[in-house]
Amino acid sequence: MDIKVRVWRQPGPSAAGKMVTYDVKGISPDASFLEMIDVLNETLILDGDDPIAFDHDCREGICGMCSMVVNGVAHGPEKATTVCQLHMRKFSDGDVIDVEPWRAAAFPVIKDLVVDRSAFDQIIQAGGYITAPTGTAPDAHATPVPKKDADAAFEAATCIGCGACVAACPNGSSMLFTAAKIAHLGLMPQGQPERDSRVIDMLQAQDDAGFGGCTNAGECTTVCPKGIPLSLIGRLNSDYRKAISKN
Amino acid sequence: MSANDFWADGEPVFDKAAPDGPVETRWERRKFAAKLVNPANRRKLTVIVVGTGLAGGSAAATLAEAGYRVKSYCYQDSPRRAHSIAAQGGINAAKNYRNDGDSVYRLFYDTVKGGDFRARESNVYRLAQVSVNIIDQCVAQGVPFAREYGGLLDNRSFGGTQVSRTFYARGQTGQQLLLGAYQALERQIGLGNVEMNARHEMLELIIVDGKARGIVVRDMVTGEITTEFADAVVLASGGYGNVFFLSTNAKGCNVTAAWRAHRKGALFANPCYTQIHPTCIPESGSHQSKLTLMSESLRNDGRVWVPKNAADCQKPAGEIAEADRDYYLERIYPSFGNLVPRDIASRAAKNVCDEGRGVGPGGLGVYLDFADAINRLGRKAVEAKYGNLFEMYERITGEDPYATPMRIYPAVHYTMGGLWVDYDLQSTVPGLFVIGEANFSDHGANRLGASALMQGLADGYFVLPNTISNYLAAGPFPKVTEADAPVVEARKLVEDRIEKFLSIDGDRTVDSFHRELGQIMWEYCGMERTEEGLTKAIGLIRALKEEFWTRVKVPGKGEELNQNLEKAGRVADFIELGELMCIDALHRRESCGGHFRGESQTPDGEALRHDDEFSYAAAWEYFGADGRPVLHKEDLNFEYVHPSTRSYK
Repeated sequence: MDIKVRVWRQPGPSAAGKMVTYDVKGISPDASFLEMIDVLNETLILDGDDPIAFDHDCREGICGMCSMVVNGVAHGPEKATTVCQLHMRKFSDGDVIDVEPWRAAAFPVIKDLVVDRSAFDQIIQAGGYITAPTGTAPDAHATPVPKKDADAAFEAATCIGCGACVAACPNGSSMLFTAAKIAHLGLMPQGQPERDSRVIDMLQAQDDAGFGGCTNAGECTTVCPKGIPLSLIGRLNSDYRKAISKN
Repeated sequence: MSANDFWADGEPVFDKAAPDGPVETRWERRKFAAKLVNPANRRKLTVIVVGTGLAGGSAAATLAEAGYRVKSYCYQDSPRRAHSIAAQGGINAAKNYRNDGDSVYRLFYDTVKGGDFRARESNVYRLAQVSVNIIDQCVAQGVPFAREYGGLLDNRSFGGTQVSRTFYARGQTGQQLLLGAYQALERQIGLGNVEMNARHEMLELIIVDGKARGIVVRDMVTGEITTEFADAVVLASGGYGNVFFLSTNAKGCNVTAAWRAHRKGALFANPCYTQIHPTCIPESGSHQSKLTLMSESLRNDGRVWVPKNAADCQKPAGEIAEADRDYYLERIYPSFGNLVPRDIASRAAKNVCDEGRGVGPGGLGVYLDFADAINRLGRKAVEAKYGNLFEMYERITGEDPYATPMRIYPAVHYTMGGLWVDYDLQSTVPGLFVIGEANFSDHGANRLGASALMQGLADGYFVLPNTISNYLAAGPFPKVTEADAPVVEARKLVEDRIEKFLSIDGDRTVDSFHRELGQIMWEYCGMERTEEGLTKAIGLIRALKEEFWTRVKVPGKGEELNQNLEKAGRVADFIELGELMCIDALHRRESCGGHFRGESQTPDGEALRHDDEFSYAAAWEYFGADGRPVLHKEDLNFEYVHPSTRSYK
C-alpha cells in the first residue's frame, strides 16, 4: 500500500507544533499502525530527519502506553482496539491519514505524539487503592465475594489507563478512568472501609490535576479500547452523593 | 577451535546465605537469623529500586510500608505499564483449595522437576511456601480473581500439572496483579515514602568501597544525567528476551540495568536458558516489530498439524485432505499429544518447518486447528472458551480462525537466566539485590506455566523485604557525594557513551542492528544449538559489534527526548549479552530445559541431560568487552527431588 500520513510534529513542550505530510510507500497491509510509523522513522533517520517520537511498549493492547489520535479518533477507527493493535488492512491504498497526540489540558505534549499522563497517577495516589500493607492479609477465602460482583469488578478493572477517554472528551474529563477504579474497588467487600474517602479524594485529585468536568457526552466510552461502560460514571456519582451526605 | 578460546575457568561460587538442614524450615531459620533494622532507624536508610513490574512494584511498596525511604525508577511513563502487565495465564499457589492433593512440597517438587534439575532446592522450596501468602495479599488488595458461584476463588490446571493450583483473572492475570502492586506503590508515593521517577533509565551502577551505593540515570524527557545514592540498590528490571529482537516482550524491555551491573562485577548466571513459547502468532513480514503470544490453553482443544507433503504447503488448508495431514505431536507423543510441554512443542514445530513443511509466510508456521472442537462442542462452546483469543488472532492476522485453522509459531517469551544471587537475593556485589525475572534463581533451565508471576511477587512482597534488612542493619553507610571518584567515573562512562553514540553518524539505524542480532540469536542460539552454529554465531556477533560502533546512526541530541539514543544504549548491551549467551550455550554440552544441544540427544531425538558433568549453575564474570568471560560454577545438590528424565511419549 502507498499512503500519506499527516503527523503532528512538535519539537518540545513549549515549541509550536504543526502537521507535516509524509509519503509511506509499499507498506504491507499486515503491518500494524505503529509498524508503519517504524518503517517511516527508519527512512527519516537515514534521510537525516528527526524521527517521530511516540509512546508505545507492549504492542499487544494491554500496557496502555500507545496513544495516537488517528483521523480524529483516539486509537483510530477500529472499535475496542488500541492503536498498536490497529492494522493497515483497515485502510486503503492512497489514503491520507491524520495522526495527532492526545489533546487535553491535563496531558501536555512533551514531543510530537508523546504526552505527559502523570495526572492519572495522581488520581490513583489520592485513593485508587485498598490499604492492605504486605503481611497483614487474612486467608484469601476468609471473605467470599459473590461471583457477579467479582466479575463486574474485573470488567471495571480492565481499564488500561491509556487516556483515550480524556482525549475524546470535549471537556478533557477523566471521569471514565476514575469511575472505573471506583467501581472496581467499590464492588469488592475489601473496598468498603475506604469507599467514601476514596471517591471524595479521587474526584478532588482529578479537579486539581486540571481535568474538565463530565457532561455525559459519552465520547469516552465510544473510544475506550476496553469497552468501559458509561454507566460506571452514574455509579461514581451515586457513590459521591452518598459519601458527601455522610461527611 | 577449543572452547578455551572463548572462556576461562574460575573458582566455584557458593551460596553462603542459604541455611542447610531440613528444607521445610530453612526459610524460617534464615528469617530468624537475619539481622533486623529498628523501625526508627529505617527512615534513615534509602533503597533504590529499578523497575516497577510485579517484583519491583511490590518490593518498593513493601519496603516503604516498612519505613525505609525508597526511590523507584522505570522507563515507562507510569509504573503501571511494566511488562508484567501482559501476562495472561495465571499464578500458581499451593493453597490446595481443590483438595486434590496439592501441597507446598508438591509445588516444590513440580518446579524443581519442571526446571529440569537446574534450580536450587532451597530457593524453590521457599517460593512454594510463600506462594500461599501471595494470594492472600492480592485478594486483600482487591485483585478481582475469577470466582465460583459460591464466592470462593476458582482454580485451573495449567501447564500440564495434575493439580488445579492456578489462580487467574480471565486472560489478564498479570494486569490485575500488577495493578494491585501499582496501587500499593502509588499509595506510598502519595504518602511521601516513595520518590517515583518514571521515564528515567538506569545507565550505570555506582560502587563505592565495594558496595552498591547508587545508580546513574538519564531523564528520558530532558536528557539530564543525574547520580542517585542509596544504602542498597535493588534491580527488578526484568528479562532479556529482546536480545532476539522479535519476542513477546514489550518493545522497551532491555538488559541494560542488569548488564551494567554485570560489567561492574555482578556475575551473570545461565544466560543461555531461554524459554520459547510454542503458541505465538507467526511473523507476517519484514516490518514485524514484536510477536504476540496466544494463551497456551488453546492447545487443550486445538490440533496441531502440517501437510505431509511439502508440495501442499502453498494450498489453502481446507484443500488438504485429512489423509495428507500430519498431526505430528499426536503421532510422536501419543500419550500427551498436543499438550506436551512448551520446549517440546516448540522444537517439534521447528523440526517440521525445517523439513520444508511449514505454512504461511516464509514457511514459518504450523496449523492449530479447531475444526474438530467446533464439530464436537459446537461453535458456541468454542466461542465461550476462546472467543477473546480468536478475536485477537483475527485482529492481528485478518483471518477468521473459526473458518480456517490458526497459524502459530514459537517465539521467545521468558529468560530463566539472569544475575546470580544468593539465597538472600543478593548478587556478588554487596548491597546489590536482584529480584524477579532479572535474577536467575528459581526456574532452573525451564519455567513452568504460571510460575513467573508467583516468583516476581514472592521476591518483592515476601523475600527481599526480609533479607535486605540483614544487609541494611550495618547501615546507614558513609555519605556518598557527587565528587567521590567512583561517582565521577560512573557518570563519565555514561556521558562518554552517549557522546560516542551521537558522534558516529554512520549509515545504519539502531533497529537494523537489533534485527540482525536477533536473526543471529534465533538461528544459532534459539530452539536448537550446536557447537558449529554457536561458534559461528560468536564470530558473527563480534563482527556485528564492530560494525555497530562504526556505522550506527543515532539522530538528535542527548539533551532531549531521543528514543533512538535510548535504543542505541540497549542494543549495544544486547550485542555483548548475545555473545555471552552463545558462549554459555557452547560450554553447556548437554540438553536441558530451554537449552537443546544438537549433539546431546537420545537416538529418538529427545533431550539428553548430563547430570554428571553439568549439574551446576554457570555464573559468568565479565572480563572486558574483548576479554574472555570467566566461568564460576555453583554446584547444585538435590537432597529431596532426585534427578530423573522427563518423558512425554
